[in-house]
This record gives sequence, structure tokens and C-alpha cells, in this order.
Amino acid sequence: MNRYLSIHIKKELHTAEGRFPLSVQLDIEKGEFVALTGPSGSGKTTLLRLIAGLTKSDQGQILFNDTVWSDHSKQQFLPPQKRSIGFVFQDYALFPNMTVQQNLTFALDKSAPSSEVENIIEMIDLTALANRFPHQLSGGQQQRVALARALVRKPKILLLDEPLSALDTAMRERLQDDLKRLHEDYKLTTILVTHNEKEIFKLADRAIVLETGKIIDKGNPEDILSKKGIFATIQKMEIDGKNVKLTCQRNGDLLTLILPNKMAEKYQVGEVIFIN
Amino acid sequence: MSSLFWETVYLTFKLATVTTVLLIIFGIPTAYFLSKSQSRWKPFFEALISMPIVLPPTVIGFYLLLLFSPETILGSWLQESLNIELAFTFTGLVIGSIIYSFPFMVNPIQSGLQNLPPNLAEASYTLGKGRFETLWKVLLPNIKPSILTGFILSFAHTIGEFGVVLMIGGNIPGQTRVASIAIYDEVESLNYSLANKYSLLLFLFSFVVLVFIYSYNRRLNTFSPK
Repeated sequence: MNRYLSIHIKKELHTAEGRFPLSVQLDIEKGEFVALTGPSGSGKTTLLRLIAGLTKSDQGQILFNDTVWSDHSKQQFLPPQKRSIGFVFQDYALFPNMTVQQNLTFALDKSAPSSEVENIIEMIDLTALANRFPHQLSGGQQQRVALARALVRKPKILLLDEPLSALDTAMRERLQDDLKRLHEDYKLTTILVTHNEKEIFKLADRAIVLETGKIIDKGNPEDILSKKGIFATIQKMEIDGKNVKLTCQRNGDLLTLILPNKMAEKYQVGEVIFIN
Repeated sequence: MSSLFWETVYLTFKLATVTTVLLIIFGIPTAYFLSKSQSRWKPFFEALISMPIVLPPTVIGFYLLLLFSPETILGSWLQESLNIELAFTFTGLVIGSIIYSFPFMVNPIQSGLQNLPPNLAEASYTLGKGRFETLWKVLLPNIKPSILTGFILSFAHTIGEFGVVLMIGGNIPGQTRVASIAIYDEVESLNYSLANKYSLLLFLFSFVVLVFIYSYNRRLNTFSPK
């Protein structure tokens, strides 16, 4: 396999489930679309932040096209500014003081022509929104601007941290189509953190399942998802004597789990769990 | 009204303006470093900066007077090497006012920066922007109400200061006699009418400034996202 982006790192995580090491060995090919999935608190966002240089690892290295992005043993660390990445945050992180156009222009390198912004605005269909401020946009529109902004600098790696999780189904599907089209047109190496199985099926060349800091499964999306494990979001928790009844939702279907109190303690409503 | 009155009013506003401009220059970097800092010394610096809020102004004035006096190492060095005299001079008043109003500039800006979502700065870094550009173009424009609050509080606090000015500045007309000192001085000489003019001017000025700041902040809050 081509080692376009090569990640071999360790990082101590402190989560609601306790402390455990995030330990990942992962090589990503040029142009690949990788979906990163797994229960809440398994280290997916941290992994994305390590790749972006927003968090430092405790051990190991990240190499991009034979350039060292970080190497703990040699005390080398390339700051996020110098890595060719586009990062889309879960809550968009648009700059509230700038219009859509200004958000995109801010992202542009000083040497790049301003027509780049126009191209992106057209490509992501933002012309009508160019002069609006982020608070005048819907969630879906904000997310499209965030995606456009991440693409302005023509990054080599696109990192998406659950970018569609806060959107309704229709908007989600539209953005999935946008992402698919962009990926087909530009073959941009992309890593997407997601809980949504449909999204993995539709977009990803490869799925990686992370649990308590370790890759427990990887392969093509169909193989991964057809194995007995599934992800579901807890909708309701009801105490029933010594047990807790969990009502979980999975892509529109509801399923019910009965767990002993002790086991259910660590879960809460809204959390995504892995059932096998 | 006498020229002494206007001289005093002019000096009062000059002191507040010079102090506030210098406070903006020193206060923003200080607030930024404190908001970012994870050092275990941070509480020590925060406490030191906030001391003027809890101390009687006379305590600060007293120590500054000692420090400025030609009998101390600093005072004599300033006077002999640089020919700068700080006790009972306008420059000394500016330095005293900066120390005295420092928390009023730093605290609102620091808390404004700390309340911004951390991913605004992170998004800017991933877009290739350095710390300075991020602070200047992303962070500061999004905490305008905090900067305005720091600005006005420092200005108003300097106009209203009394104890520090009295200790290190005295009451020299045209040099260190500001309105708050003049009021005290006029009352001591039973000149209530002039004391009233100074007081009324300060009262009206402060009131107008506060009305302005509250309505401006309301407008900002109406138009900016929450």
C-alpha cells in the first residue's frame, strides 16, 4: 500500500470512560476516502486533531508523503499552519465577525488569486449567501460554508469531524452528495468521522472502527458493517427494577436493550453505543 | 469659569486618555497570554494584577511614592541616569494610573477571550494563520463588547481615582491637580460652588458614557449570534 499519510502514534486519553491510551497504526493512500467510526469517547476526534496538529502525541510519528508532521522521539512537530490540511469542525467554527465571502477570503493564502474564492463559492453554490453573516445562515448552510472554507487553500488532506451530525436527514443527504461529488472530482484524500452507517456506505472506500483507543476493525464498508456489530444512539433510558431498559435508534429503526444497572451506569441519553 | 477650572478638567481628561491608550497597548497582550496560559504561576499573576481592586488606593499610592522617591535605588537611578522624576509629576501619575486601572482593562478582555469557543482560533490555525493574525482578525473582533467595557471602565476609573493621585501626585495646578483632588480641595476651603461644578461635570460625563456603553452593547448583542 502507498504510504501517503502514515500514522503511528500513542496518546493518553482522559474520557468519561476513564483513562486509556489511543494507540493507532494507520496508513492512508492518496485519494482515499476513509470513514472513522466507533462509540463516543473512543478517540476519533483526538485522532483527527493529532493529524491536524491541534493536539500533540505522547509517542510515535505522523508522516505525510515522507515529510515529518510529527515525530516524538526527534522532538519534531510541524504546527497546523504548515500542514496541508482542511479541517471541518463539528460545530462549524465559522468566524462570526465575517461574512461568508470574508470567511473564505480570510482562508486564502496571500499569494493566491482572489478568483479562487469565487470558484469555491460557485462550486459549493454559495453565491446567494456570500454577503451574509454566519448567524444569518441555517445549520446546513453554515456547514457548506465551513466545507468551502476548508477547501479554499486546496489542502492535500481533508479532515471532517462529524460535520453532518447536527443536520436533519434531507440536509444531511444533500451534503453527502456534495462530499461525494467533490471527492470524485478532486480525489482529495479525506478522513471523515461519522456515526452514520449510510454515510459510510455512500462515501467511504474504507471504514475504520475505533474502540477505547484501538482500531478493532478495518476494511471495506460493506464487510465491516455486515458483521454483527451495529451502532445505535440511545434515545431513552428507563430503570426497571435491577435492570435498565435502553431504547436505541439506528438509522430510523428503534431497538430495545435490557442491561443490568451496573452495566448501564456508564451510558447516557444521546450517546452512541456499539452493540454486538 | 476660571482658567484654573478648565486647566484641571483638561488635565483630568488628558490623564485618563493617555492612561487608557497605554492600557490598551499593554492590556491586550497581557489578557491574551493569561487566557492562553496553563502555567502554575498564572494565579500568582492574576492575583497581582487584581490587587488594585481590593487594596485601598492609598496603599498603592504609598508604595509607588516610596518607589519613585529619589532615596530608593529605582528612583535615584531614574533621576540620575535618565533624568526622569516620577514623584509629583504627570508621568508619575500616568504610571500610577496604569497600575491602578490595569485589572479593569485586563479582566474583561481576558474573560472575553476565554469565553470564545476554542475552535475559532484552531480553525484559523488550520487555515494557515499565525497567532498574531488570529488574535487581530478573529479573536479581538469577536470580543468587541469586552474591549469596550475594559476601555470605558479604565477611562472612568482613572477619572475617578483619588487616593493614588493624592499620594504620588499631590495637588499641583496644571501638573497633577485632577478634578477629584480639586473637589476635595475646594470643599476643604469651603468653596462649595466650584466643588459643585467639578462634581456636576464628572457626574454628567460618567452618566453619558455609561448610557453610551450600555446602548452600544445592547446593539452588539442584538446583531451578533449567541
